[in-house]
Amino acid sequence: MTMPLLDIRDLRLSVPLGRFALHPLLKGVSFQIMPGEAYGLVGESGSGKSVTSLAVMGLLKKPLAVTGGQILFKGQNLLALPMREMRRLRGNRIAMIFQEPMTALNPLSTVGRQIAEMFVLHQGKSWGEAEKLAVESLGNVRVPNPDRRAKNYPHQMSGGLRQRVMIAMALACGPDLLIADEPTTALDVTVQAEVLRLIKELCAARGTAVLFISHDLGVIASICQRVGVMYSGCLVEENETRALFDSPRHEYTRGLLGALPRLGSRSEQGRQRLVDIDSIIADRSKLTESRFITPRELEGSQP
Amino acid sequence: MLRFTLRRILQVAPTVVVVALLIFVIFSVVPGTFAVSLFADGKRAADPQLIARLNEEFGLNKPLMERFATYVTDLARFDLGTSFRTRQPVVDLINDRMGASLQLSVAAMVFAIVVGVPFGFLAALRPGSMLDTTTMIGAISGLSLPDFWFGLLLMYLFALQLNWLPSFGYGDGSLQNLILPAVTLGVTPLALLARTTRAGVLDVLNADFIRTAHSKGMSEAKVVRWHVARNALVLIVTTVGLQFGSLIGQAVVIEKLFAWPGIGSLLVDSVAIRDIPVVQGTILVIVLWFLIINTAVDLVYAAIDPRIKQE
Amino acid sequence: MRLGFNFWLGATLTALVIFAGVLAHWIAPFDPVLDADLMNSELPPDATFWFGTDGQGRDVYTRILYGAQISLTVGIVSQVINSIIGVTLGMTAGYWGGWWDDLVNGLTNVMLAIPSLIFALAVMAVIGPGLPSLLIALGLTNWSWTCRIARSSTLSLKSQGYVQAAQTLGYGDLRIMFTQILPNMMGPILVMATLGMGSAVLSEAALSFLGLGIQPPFPSWGSMLTDARQLIQLAPWAALFPGLAIFLSVLGFNLLGDGLRDSLDPHMRTRKP
Repeated sequence: MTMPLLDIRDLRLSVPLGRFALHPLLKGVSFQIMPGEAYGLVGESGSGKSVTSLAVMGLLKKPLAVTGGQILFKGQNLLALPMREMRRLRGNRIAMIFQEPMTALNPLSTVGRQIAEMFVLHQGKSWGEAEKLAVESLGNVRVPNPDRRAKNYPHQMSGGLRQRVMIAMALACGPDLLIADEPTTALDVTVQAEVLRLIKELCAARGTAVLFISHDLGVIASICQRVGVMYSGCLVEENETRALFDSPRHEYTRGLLGALPRLGSRSEQGRQRLVDIDSIIADRSKLTESRFITPRELEGSQP
Repeated sequence: MLRFTLRRILQVAPTVVVVALLIFVIFSVVPGTFAVSLFADGKRAADPQLIARLNEEFGLNKPLMERFATYVTDLARFDLGTSFRTRQPVVDLINDRMGASLQLSVAAMVFAIVVGVPFGFLAALRPGSMLDTTTMIGAISGLSLPDFWFGLLLMYLFALQLNWLPSFGYGDGSLQNLILPAVTLGVTPLALLARTTRAGVLDVLNADFIRTAHSKGMSEAKVVRWHVARNALVLIVTTVGLQFGSLIGQAVVIEKLFAWPGIGSLLVDSVAIRDIPVVQGTILVIVLWFLIINTAVDLVYAAIDPRIKQE
Repeated sequence: MRLGFNFWLGATLTALVIFAGVLAHWIAPFDPVLDADLMNSELPPDATFWFGTDGQGRDVYTRILYGAQISLTVGIVSQVINSIIGVTLGMTAGYWGGWWDDLVNGLTNVMLAIPSLIFALAVMAVIGPGLPSLLIALGLTNWSWTCRIARSSTLSLKSQGYVQAAQTLGYGDLRIMFTQILPNMMGPILVMATLGMGSAVLSEAALSFLGLGIQPPFPSWGSMLTDARQLIQLAPWAALFPGLAIFLSVLGFNLLGDGLRDSLDPHMRTRKP
């Protein structure tokens, strides 16, 4: 058996609550991603999927802190890595795409330059060479007129194009792992499909593994081979995508699936009701009793 | 860019017209003629003959509308009238003193930028640190400081006690004479700049694209150089511009304190002796200057931020 | 609502100024104007004259206590005038819109184009020096920001459910403005007024220092500095204490205003790391 590319072992993460207490955000999460595999993490906002990805990137900001566990990338524990080493991996071997294509790019800098930074940072290219490579990268993500588009500022582009720029940037150095945190949530449905296909194809062609984070099981199903379901800081279920859809074991997963509108389901019962998750998990408040900061705030404002 | 520039200039024009109008109204509609008030605060009773002569000379006994017409046509020819006191054209008086005022405000602003911006920047990069706390205490104190009193203290310490610098005057424009007034005038904008720079940089640091930059594997220094600096600059430029404009207003007191021969002290002296044409002209020039600076700031702003031109 | 250290420091300083101003008549050891005694001129601070004496032998401490009355009056009255003008114009402009809105906007832009001290100076030049003039000049100077805030708050409040409900119920415009809109924007207006008090006190001091504000022999902190300036080498204390009084009272207003703003609007507070 090959060594997993990413091996997260019993990862625990908390935020301080008052002066002495700690509020756990991740309560011992473990999963593995094989080289070239696309792995999906699904769960509602606040379930801990985004903080997991930020922990892998080493981008957790105070007061969030890892309180236990390991994140092994190619057998190397990222949590024990010196900052300088971590920076060398970040962007280069592990890259990330964020949810908000509107704000994730610097508004005062051309997109070409922002992609070019990758080559300057990790491949020691000159700015001139890097800008040329950036145009090439834009072409690779099928942006039309890449040499003209490279001179554009983010505000001159549509949301879909901006997300392509993000993808071009993330894949610029041919990383081994791409973390995509809700990359299509903010996009129109039609654009969503295009961007998803792009990520799928490019990563498959390069053998890049993907950690795909979404609250949308439908999106996850279209791109991932395996899925982990997160709920309230725990990985409650993990399975092959097909198997998960066919026989969900955890009641939360069943809830998620029930909340998913499905084509053709109408014919079975005349009209199928979409199930509300809150009605299934009634003791939800017990699980997250000590909510000092709402999870949404944590995800929204803490990079 | 050219179209944007023209549009901004056109937007300012009506304001200038209204301000000119307002100034005329303020100084004309009030009861009592200028000539009377010119001598009213004097020790002797105003001589009716003298008043009549003055009214005749400056056309003050003409109907309001006619005076207004003269005011407007004169303005169109950049004629701001004649001083009651010296009988010199107001334009000449202002011209003689504009240089000193410009010199003082530029020096004050440079001082404020050179000190205020770095402090604000560093404070924002280390929030909660000693430097941050000190900067913020300094900033709020600077904003509460009566600058002329601060100038008085500086004058006392550095000129009168230590004898390092001249206590007042223009001294043929030597740098030594400039230091005290410029530092005094620069204190308030310095405090404000430190504060806005800090707030601006903190805002930028919390932006999503900074997280993106970190995710690229950039070092802290590069993130600051490549992404924070330019974005923070937008706010800094705006503040600098606004401050630069109002500096000339603040300069009135400082120029008087240090006997600096600028248009501020010209204004104060003219107000004291009620030399209305000079007061009107000086205020108009100060407002114009303020508007020019604001427009210039908008243009610089547009040059830095590609989003502005599009609107 | 949590009020921080800054707020309480500001409140303390402000309370001190109010205390000094209100009680000056009873706690001041001398008369601010009449107790001039050239035999006692330019005395350094001692047990009798806590802050020393000025060039005419008047007790600086006494004059500072009385000076607080001027500063307080100027600060409060000018900001009341400012707020009334700003709120009236801003609220009606935002509520009615149309040509009135355009007019108010134009006026605000013009006012913002004139540096406030210059405007006050111009008004003083026309109506002459003295306390009433000061109140008018400073009351007319700084309303543009209040007006802008009132206008934008009104615009956003206008679209709120309860205001629209009041409209459907047939309430009159003025009634809606005063009962539904005004109470909901008191917070920011109060903050502006508090911060405005600081700048009004500074402007008063500057104008009086220039000899255009409060006229001697009445004790204003600004005019005390004019006198003290001539004698700064002989009696530096006469310049030190009035300035310190201006500084601390303005600092008080500013801290109070900042503290209020932070507690009213958590977004304005810089996020903790």
